[in-house]
Amino acid sequence: MFVAATVAILVTMVLAIVRTLLGPTVYDRILAVNMFGTKTVLLIAAIAFMSGRTDLLDIALVYALINFIGIVAVLKFFEYGEFSRGGRGRP
Amino acid sequence: MNLDLTIDVLLLAFMAVIAIAVVRMRDLFGIAMLFSVFSLLSAGVFTVMDAADVAFTEAAVGAGVSTILMLATLTRTAREEQPKRSRNPTLPLIVVFVTGALLVFGTSDLPRMGDASAPAHHHVAPRYIEDSEREIGIPNIVTSVLASYRGYDTLGETTVIFTAGVAVMALLGIRRRRRREEPGEED
Repeated sequence: MFVAATVAILVTMVLAIVRTLLGPTVYDRILAVNMFGTKTVLLIAAIAFMSGRTDLLDIALVYALINFIGIVAVLKFFEYGEFSRGGRGRP
Repeated sequence: MNLDLTIDVLLLAFMAVIAIAVVRMRDLFGIAMLFSVFSLLSAGVFTVMDAADVAFTEAAVGAGVSTILMLATLTRTAREEQPKRSRNPTLPLIVVFVTGALLVFGTSDLPRMGDASAPAHHHVAPRYIEDSEREIGIPNIVTSVLASYRGYDTLGETTVIFTAGVAVMALLGIRRRRRREEPGEED
């Protein structure tokens, strides 16, 4: 079962890479990178269960956090052109 | 079916595809995104190779901090790379191929991965494992190697990273926003 899940995740990674390379707009690329990060988390989790090294799950958690923060930074860059500003109405 | 090998080959193939795309692309934002994917892939390769600590560092520094630094640099520069008339690519191509061939040739002499009789497991590693807790007094062997046995090495590395951080802060222009406290340092 884990093997099937891994294969499915790898196929999805291929699709995400294709979208990152082709992506006509910026938002396609951002979304593809975000999905790729999520797939990396899932791939590591699947590998962890398949090989019995469950300590790899910690790495998967770190990836999830980094992925989230990175995407927030990228979107802030696009919305404001810099990182140091807050939301609407705040300095 | 050898799934581990398949995953290795696929991840490395992804990395090659992305590297070629980075070279051919002109949109700098897209290149920053691709670098993030590249870093995630290499961290995945490290994970498959059972190097969990390296994968941690690669994910935090490569996919996290350096992507943000690249985007911060992009706010200071143009979005598009200016196409430059390149010279004859023959000589660089030869140099790259010769270097690559030398590296592949060098790997033929390396011990196999996980080989218990490799020199790395016989030189000082047994002493670290057996005596480090008595000699240093730190339960974690990696910590005692980094902070005590190789203390000067670690000090030098930290100095290099500090210098690089200061240089990046200076280049990215912290001076625009005057603050009371010093800006935080990235590792």
